[in-house]
Amino acid sequence: MTFYDYIIRLADNNLILGHRLSEWCGHGPFLEQDMAMTNISLDLIGQSRSMYALAAEINSKGESEDDIAFLRLEHEYQNLLLVEQPNGDFAHTVLRQLFFASFQLPLYQAMLQKLQGMTEEHFVTLRGILEKAVMEVTYHKRWSSEWVIRLGDGTAESHSRMVTAVNELYRYYGEAFISDAVDDAAVSEGYGVRPEELKAEADQYIDDIFRQANLNIPVDTYMQRGGKQGVHSEYMGYLLSELQYMQRAYPNASW
Amino acid sequence: MPVGSQMSIEKEKILHILERVTDPEIPVLTIQDMGIIRDVIIENHKIIVVITPTYSGCPAMSAISMAIRMELLSEGYPDVEIKEIFSPAWTTDWMSESGKQKLKEYGIAPPVVEKRISGLLFQEAPEVPCPRCSSTDTVMISEFGSTACKALMKCNSCLEPFDYFKCHR
Repeated sequence: MTFYDYIIRLADNNLILGHRLSEWCGHGPFLEQDMAMTNISLDLIGQSRSMYALAAEINSKGESEDDIAFLRLEHEYQNLLLVEQPNGDFAHTVLRQLFFASFQLPLYQAMLQKLQGMTEEHFVTLRGILEKAVMEVTYHKRWSSEWVIRLGDGTAESHSRMVTAVNELYRYYGEAFISDAVDDAAVSEGYGVRPEELKAEADQYIDDIFRQANLNIPVDTYMQRGGKQGVHSEYMGYLLSELQYMQRAYPNASW
Repeated sequence: MPVGSQMSIEKEKILHILERVTDPEIPVLTIQDMGIIRDVIIENHKIIVVITPTYSGCPAMSAISMAIRMELLSEGYPDVEIKEIFSPAWTTDWMSESGKQKLKEYGIAPPVVEKRISGLLFQEAPEVPCPRCSSTDTVMISEFGSTACKALMKCNSCLEPFDYFKCHR
């Protein structure tokens, strides 16, 4: 079941971050960025949907992609703490996206390398999903990087907002790069990537963006963790109550 | 069960029926123009239509699947399976030349081959000719337009705003 768990984790990150971004719909600072955020949301939710569908297919319990997405309990979601953090202001949102994309893009690229040449159907499907996602996440990374630089290197107001966002969110950046038993098992089964191996590239990228944005890495670099094991921050319950509302209130509702 | 050349005649017939299915967001384009149909497989009485999404979260996919079913049902094919595949990933290169021409006539600038390098920050917007007056003096207003696959642009010569179908690859 390692493959199932590993896919669910990838999908949970995308679903929860996609849901957070969807909260911006109609509230963006201006029309273009409102659409950018909702389109990134659509990409992430679309990716998670394909992954949940794959997970449902390989799991013979008869659950559907919707059951997995909407009917689990909080501790069963294995997303990073980073992606469930509230949107805050626009500075928080773009920084959260930068941190996540800096992890997600090299992870997917490394996984694609590992999946090369694997012929089992579920691996081929996953490779297709990731190939498509890489094209999309490349844009997410560029979009969030440009905004972090614009705001960090912008006015006194935008700079101070960016600094606040860095101070509040940096502690959630590191969890993505700490491996656990699921990662180890996935690595030994050939398709998983040891997240520690992605850290140098991500750190260097963040350093480079922060330098251009006149931002500094905080001195206190203690990293919060627990999301990957289902131990979430207090925000997760509120998020899920909204995300799951329809399926809980009207079981089996469909379009 | 159709065999050999009969099978390919059957397949041609189905592809012909599918020409009636258009993209719900760009009604001038058929799904063949878009390059969304990857294959049609005939298994006994069952028709399997293999399609690929343009974007992971493209909301048009379920409407397209429904339209495929309806068109085939109206021609006497009740047993239809829609299979989504992701690889090789769809890019705007899959769009047919006639599709690009139809887009332009409809007022949407078709994708141009962009020289932009993926991932590089603060690149200039691509040079896109205005679909109305063909001037290349155009400016990108928003990277997203009426749908995720389009950007909103404006022509500085004739002053018309227009949609640009972004190069996706």
